[in-house]
Amino acid sequence: MTAIAVAATINGEATSFLCEAEETLLDALRDRLGLTGAKEGCGTGDCGACSVVLDGRLVCSCLVLGAEAEGREVETIEGMALGDHLHPLQQKFLDHAALQCGVCTPGFLVAAKALLDQNPSPTEEEVRFGLAGNLCRCTGYDKIVRAVMDAAESMRDGR
Amino acid sequence: MTNSETGLKERQFKIVGTRPLRPDGIDKVTGRARFGADMAAPGMLVGKILRSPHAHARIRSIDATKALVLPGVKAVVTHEDFAEVGADLQDVLENVMAQDKALYDGHAVAAVAAISAGVARKALRLIEVDYEILPHVTDVEAAMAAEAPVLHDDIVTSGVEPAPKTPSNVVHRHEFGHGDVAEGLAQADVVIEHDFKTAATHQGYIEPHACVGSVGPDGQGELWCCTQGHFWVRNTCAALLGMDVSHLRVTASEIGGGFGGKTTVFIDPVALALSRKAGRPVKIVMSREEVFRASGPTSSTAMTVKIGVRRDGRITAGEAVLKFQGGAFAGSPVDLGAMTAFACYDLEHVKTVAYDVVTNRPKQAAYRAPGAPMAAFAVESVIDELASKIGMDPIELRLKNAVENGSQSSYGPKFGPVGLVETLVAAREHEHYTAPLGANQGRGIASGFWFNFGGQTCVSLNINADGSVALAVGTPDIGGSRASMGQMAAEELGIGYDKVRTIVADTASLGYNDISEGSRVTFSTGLATIQAARDAIGKLCGRAAQTWGISPDAVVWEDGYARPAGANAGEFPPLSLAEIAETAAKTGGPIAGHCEVNAAGAGVSFATHLVDAEVDPETGRAKILRYTVVQDAGKAIHPSYVEGQYQGGAVQGVGWALNEEYIYGEDGRLQNPSFLDYRIPVASDLPMIDTVIVEVPNPGHPYGVRGVGETSIVPPLAAIANAVSAAAGVRLTELPMSPPRVLRGIDEAAANGKA
Ligand code: FES
Ligand code: FES
Repeated sequence: MTAIAVAATINGEATSFLCEAEETLLDALRDRLGLTGAKEGCGTGDCGACSVVLDGRLVCSCLVLGAEAEGREVETIEGMALGDHLHPLQQKFLDHAALQCGVCTPGFLVAAKALLDQNPSPTEEEVRFGLAGNLCRCTGYDKIVRAVMDAAESMRDGR
Repeated sequence: MTNSETGLKERQFKIVGTRPLRPDGIDKVTGRARFGADMAAPGMLVGKILRSPHAHARIRSIDATKALVLPGVKAVVTHEDFAEVGADLQDVLENVMAQDKALYDGHAVAAVAAISAGVARKALRLIEVDYEILPHVTDVEAAMAAEAPVLHDDIVTSGVEPAPKTPSNVVHRHEFGHGDVAEGLAQADVVIEHDFKTAATHQGYIEPHACVGSVGPDGQGELWCCTQGHFWVRNTCAALLGMDVSHLRVTASEIGGGFGGKTTVFIDPVALALSRKAGRPVKIVMSREEVFRASGPTSSTAMTVKIGVRRDGRITAGEAVLKFQGGAFAGSPVDLGAMTAFACYDLEHVKTVAYDVVTNRPKQAAYRAPGAPMAAFAVESVIDELASKIGMDPIELRLKNAVENGSQSSYGPKFGPVGLVETLVAAREHEHYTAPLGANQGRGIASGFWFNFGGQTCVSLNINADGSVALAVGTPDIGGSRASMGQMAAEELGIGYDKVRTIVADTASLGYNDISEGSRVTFSTGLATIQAARDAIGKLCGRAAQTWGISPDAVVWEDGYARPAGANAGEFPPLSLAEIAETAAKTGGPIAGHCEVNAAGAGVSFATHLVDAEVDPETGRAKILRYTVVQDAGKAIHPSYVEGQYQGGAVQGVGWALNEEYIYGEDGRLQNPSFLDYRIPVASDLPMIDTVIVEVPNPGHPYGVRGVGETSIVPPLAAIANAVSAAAGVRLTELPMSPPRVLRGIDEAAANGKA
């Protein structure tokens, strides 16, 4: 089996890596690049724990091949904070205690950011449907929805 | 001031009861936190497990010759690679790796370690297992039938007279209760009896089981894994591998949910056995399909409940027969179901009978208040129907029978101060209880009970020279407990919360700690933390006394300072913790507090849930419109995480009540081992989950803490069943209340002329 050389922009940085033809983007990020923030909860596109943004679109990285990242831009949870500055969503997740175990949190944050990029003023229902592809087994979603609504508000107010 | 009922000193807290940020928070929102699958070791191999495709089969032989010659394969293990263990661990071992029989679809039969996942997968296909397929049984009542295929030749039902002589799938019959149920029922004006069924559900943690195991040529082992109890994992793995306990060091990773399902071992001993053979570290990560087929789930059940009530609302007797299958090995939580079934009520005549049954399903693992939600579903459904039969408000009926301080519990001991009445009153006063309902909508209420647990606990609290404090605990943090521990330590020491750093230490660094289960962590690790802080305070005062040249008895600790106890002790300026710590090297060396305890006195807890549901009469789909949890926390250390436990338990209950179900085919294979087909609730299925924290202090804890993690899943099945039944206009007695079942109920009621 020959490995494929892939060149992509990951969290704004030109990055190259080798991966096998059947290797998912999730595995490439985690095993080749040490970006373990995206998690595998299912491997079948049902839990959203592996969420990343590929060329501006929210995807389940377990359903994308590593080789498909060639020439494209990938954004992961590791690129969400600006240096020491947490993204407002990250800060609001902490403030609202919107995580218990936290394994779903990277996926929720990436998906919530994609949601707010598209719709800066979502209703509660829009948040709930916008995040329906992300599973959380700990929180019952209440505090997650509140955190996202609150982050949206503070972002509209210019932080 | 002292509370007359609990004897606890009423105390003004500074940090306890506030909502500080958790110490692991930033790591968890930035992707830095390392969970089970996030670890890598140099030279690491990939381990994969071969699983039985058959529900029940004799293993005639396993031939790994072809796999072993595949380039890149470094080791294959089967049950022969594990040690002989005592009777207490025999089932655990057999569940980790099948011996002469595969007992369920997904049962591990062999494992390989290879240089890549691809090679390991290929190697699994090359292992030849010769199976003799046997008849199987997956349903609890079918497994109890005389003609059922028998799983284990050595299980002969205990607890029945006359003692049977032939093996069966019924492990035991146990009975709990007091009084004379027949006499009680004779005094009733109304008696209702129903049969109930609940499906097996999975804990559904989002993080699959994962570990990295390594055993060196010197026989020293290390294990990194996601677990609720790394000390127990260490002891068990050491036994299964025939190692000294001290030769294995286990580090608990961050854990991505457990809910009881990570209180045992599946893959950890396998990774260690593979590593010992291959001479390299081995990582095993379960796929989601493996999680469903071979870990968890909880029991499926069949239950019968009969309760009698007088017109004035007094329950005269209650009786329940519970049959739980716990998968392929003995040990379903049926006894806990039987003990909790009537625990909310002060009854003169009560009897519960428990049958523990084995079937060809994965061995059940604990799931949040194991056994109690199903029993509460059955009992609280009947209570609800009795209330409507006698025309009494369902909260009123419960209040008339609710246990209080001094009540005789249905399972044995007398209760101390408990908060059931308080939760019922708070629920009745909640605006939710009287809010208007629309067409096809119904409101349900139910109460629930859980024991809570204490157990073996050991913590170390180190005072650093700069005045900061390192607190090492041995209970994995599954929902923010490091924050609560930090709060209790800071409160006791009188320093800032940000001065305390709490970590979960590995198994070599602390004495034994029981598993994070039984809602025990905030209670028992909290108690140990407070004791360790007091131990440290004693030493800090001693150092101050030494500095001042007075007797240690003449020093008191107040708000983070050592002070002379009174005018007679002398005049000295107070010394802060940081000041004493700074000079520790000169006054006797490092200062640390410790506590080793087997914590007793965990306070039981009660909850009452209110829920509104709407049923679509065309499709049978039930939707949750509104949900309120009222629960006694004793004392909420970090209210946000208490609320989180309430909300999470309620929503797991929503899934259990409405959707979640292990579905087996005729072939005994699990039909829905994925999150697509085993559907857990998502955000769009739900409303906000309101919470009310009631605080009736537990006299067994210095601050009054009661465990909160488990009670929250006890009432929801019943509360939702009561709401959906009210909305559908027919009593639903089988979970999950999926659309086809609800529709069938509506149709049957219409056919019987009831609707
Ligand atoms: S791991 Fe990709 S959706 Fe679950
Ligand atoms: S916080 Fe545990 S799964 Fe969401």
